Amino acid sequence: MSELLAVRDLAVSYRKVPAVRGVDLTVESGRTLAVVGESGSGKSTTAHAVIGLLPRGGRIDRGSITFAGQELTALSARGWRAVRGREIALIPQDPAVSLDPVKRVGEQVAETLLIHGLESRRSAPAAAADLLRRAGIDDPARRARAYPHELSGGLRQRVLIAAALAGRPKLIIADEPTSALDVTVQRRILDHLGALAAEENLALLLITHDLGVAADRADEIAVMSDGKVVERGPSAGLLAAPGHAYTRQLLSAAPSLSAEPLRPRRETGEPLVSVSGLRKDFGPVRAVNDVSFELAKGQTLALVGESGSGKTTTARMVLRLETPTAGRVRFDGEDITNLRGERLRLLRRRMQLIYQNPYASLNPKLGIADIVTEPLRAFKAGSRKDAAALLDQVALPASMLKRKPAELSGGQRQRVAIARALALRPDLVVCDEPVSALDVSVQAQILELLVRLQEELGLAYLFISHDLAVVRQVADHVGVLRAGDLVEYGRADDVLHRPAHEYTKELLAAIPGHLENAA
Amino acid sequence: MTSYVLRRVAQALVVLWAAFTLSFVILYLLPGDAVLAKLGGGEASATVTPEQIAQARAEYGLNDPWPVQYGKRLLAALHGDFGRSIATGDTATHMVLSALPPTLAIAGLGLVLAIVFGGGAALAGTYTRAKWLANLLLSLPPLGISLPVFWVGLVLIQIFSFQLRVLPALGNQGPQSLILPAITLALPTGAVIGQVLAKSLRTQLAEPYIETVWAKGAGRGRVHFGHALRNAAIPVLTMIGVVAGQLLAGSVVTETVFSRDGVGRVTTAAVNGQDIPVVQAVIVLAAFFFVVINLAVDLVYPLLDPRVRQNPAARTRKELVHG
Repeated sequence: MSELLAVRDLAVSYRKVPAVRGVDLTVESGRTLAVVGESGSGKSTTAHAVIGLLPRGGRIDRGSITFAGQELTALSARGWRAVRGREIALIPQDPAVSLDPVKRVGEQVAETLLIHGLESRRSAPAAAADLLRRAGIDDPARRARAYPHELSGGLRQRVLIAAALAGRPKLIIADEPTSALDVTVQRRILDHLGALAAEENLALLLITHDLGVAADRADEIAVMSDGKVVERGPSAGLLAAPGHAYTRQLLSAAPSLSAEPLRPRRETGEPLVSVSGLRKDFGPVRAVNDVSFELAKGQTLALVGESGSGKTTTARMVLRLETPTAGRVRFDGEDITNLRGERLRLLRRRMQLIYQNPYASLNPKLGIADIVTEPLRAFKAGSRKDAAALLDQVALPASMLKRKPAELSGGQRQRVAIARALALRPDLVVCDEPVSALDVSVQAQILELLVRLQEELGLAYLFISHDLAVVRQVADHVGVLRAGDLVEYGRADDVLHRPAHEYTKELLAAIPGHLENAA
Repeated sequence: MTSYVLRRVAQALVVLWAAFTLSFVILYLLPGDAVLAKLGGGEASATVTPEQIAQARAEYGLNDPWPVQYGKRLLAALHGDFGRSIATGDTATHMVLSALPPTLAIAGLGLVLAIVFGGGAALAGTYTRAKWLANLLLSLPPLGISLPVFWVGLVLIQIFSFQLRVLPALGNQGPQSLILPAITLALPTGAVIGQVLAKSLRTQLAEPYIETVWAKGAGRGRVHFGHALRNAAIPVLTMIGVVAGQLLAGSVVTETVFSRDGVGRVTTAAVNGQDIPVVQAVIVLAAFFFVVINLAVDLVYPLLDPRVRQNPAARTRKELVHG
């Protein structure tokens, strides 16, 4: 076994603020090392230092990075150009924004070949098509002529993998390569990447926030927290017997590794929302097709599906933000399908929405006190004086009231969004992917908060998620949507443990960490 | 794609019609009488009889009810006829068109200079690694915007014509006479182009796809010119459509400062003399240029950005993003 990459005592800072403080890592040829940590742990900074692409203001303070015997920290700009793409390649995080929007994808794959003189201008297109085929793209010659916006997220990520493979590198850094993708797509891509790495004897440095992904994919795991590696070891051993308190905390918080519901599941109750034969067409496209379900007071119904499954459209029809093409929506015994005007406005008091992205759903110019009391003032049901009580409900101190959203962490912002949704004492809260933009330990806290509030206030949740691992912690009932159809619907334990539909089985199998759990 | 082009052409025609109608409303229907201005101006005023006024009004078609006037003038305008100049008796169309070549010469040269120097400053300023040079180059556009056009013109004349004696100060003689007016005209336009391109380049260079290019082992040149520039050019193109209109407006001041013949001079004279047919011809001509340039910009868009080719509505979204 030869050490391909060795990072010794690496320290990186951004404008004097330390981000990485003395990290040691080694990766051997043909092996996969996963670096796991939450945002701000320094995992991404470490990865970028290895390929010499620290963001503006980032600087290596001390330590060494040796790659195949060569010291990288001392490289000139010219020296780096020979390493990047040829020796070390990068698969970036978000395929939606990591390709040049105005160039054909074939050209972008061929670019690596041309930069390093591996192919001539004449031979590069064919070589690029071949790389696309190896990255798992059908009909590569045709796809090569496509522009990025014409491809799905999964295909774009495959294009980026092809571009990374092009220079026949010895090490590939994959920075959260699939976290922006649907779980089934994520699984196929990681499988494919693993197979390619094995075929070519590539070393893989996998950066992820998801211990489940790390457990499935890596030979070795390094857990990072606050700029340091707190624990390092072979995957199986590290997960079975975590030595460090932080690793244990991550393990217990990781939704993919804990199957237990946060409270006992409820089976029966008085219906609050009942939906029958719901359909929505956008022009010729049928987004939702004949969907029926019931949600009881004080319970949680999870709608699960991947992008384009119609789960958000369904929720919007329940909230009457979208009018159904066909079907009925009943709320607390009343048919609200065609409600309009003032009566619809009054109904809005009783149903609230929590959005996915707490960074985008709060007005950055307003103070927290104004944000949480806005619904109260809109319905003349209260004033700014009620703000402290609302924050207290979501366990935020009153000292936050004077702050602006930018001064809060992601988890704090989501708490503010929850406080705002609860201000009017609604009966129904629609949670649209409420935790998918958050770190795992924060996710766990927010889920616990949602469950506690449900107990205290008797709320019903319509919980929209692509993540079955999160769903099984909170749902009483589960509906699985695919391409607008409700393919499976029933009690959570039935759907999650005894799935009837093939697609549900596929979704369950795609949960990271599943392989280890089953074993 | 065809429907995209047809829609843009239709929009262009609507803009032209609106320019004509608006100028008709403002010039013909609002108070103020060109005939009185002509006949009543100067020493002759005492000798004008009401009959003469009536005759003159009939001659210019001012006695018809306004819908009839509007219909007649619109029909005539469609044939390129805006009536006769009240001041000279020449047709307004001929006056404006014969003043056009010198104006087009300085406006065209001005636009080229603006793109070369504005774009050059932005490209070099974002490309160079020398901080002082970047700061210097990127402070040029804001400086250019804040300098008044007439003052720049006077300074240029002072230096190049009176001190160095290398270029003529005034007049239309020879290609050398183009240089100073064109520079004067290019300055504010180039400054805007430079500022928008520099901002747009910096935004693009911070995008994740640029990191992908670096990670392939690309050098600065490839990153800058091969990827960032084409993406950054998209909002600049929109900007050029807007500032090209400014070039015509700027020619009024520039031609006055440099005593050049051209549309600017004709405009000044027509406005001062309330020579309404000429003013309207100028307005419609200006609208025509604005529309043609923006049509050209719209047609170049899909060549630069494949997203517009499929979905022209995407363009509006992009503009919002790049705001």
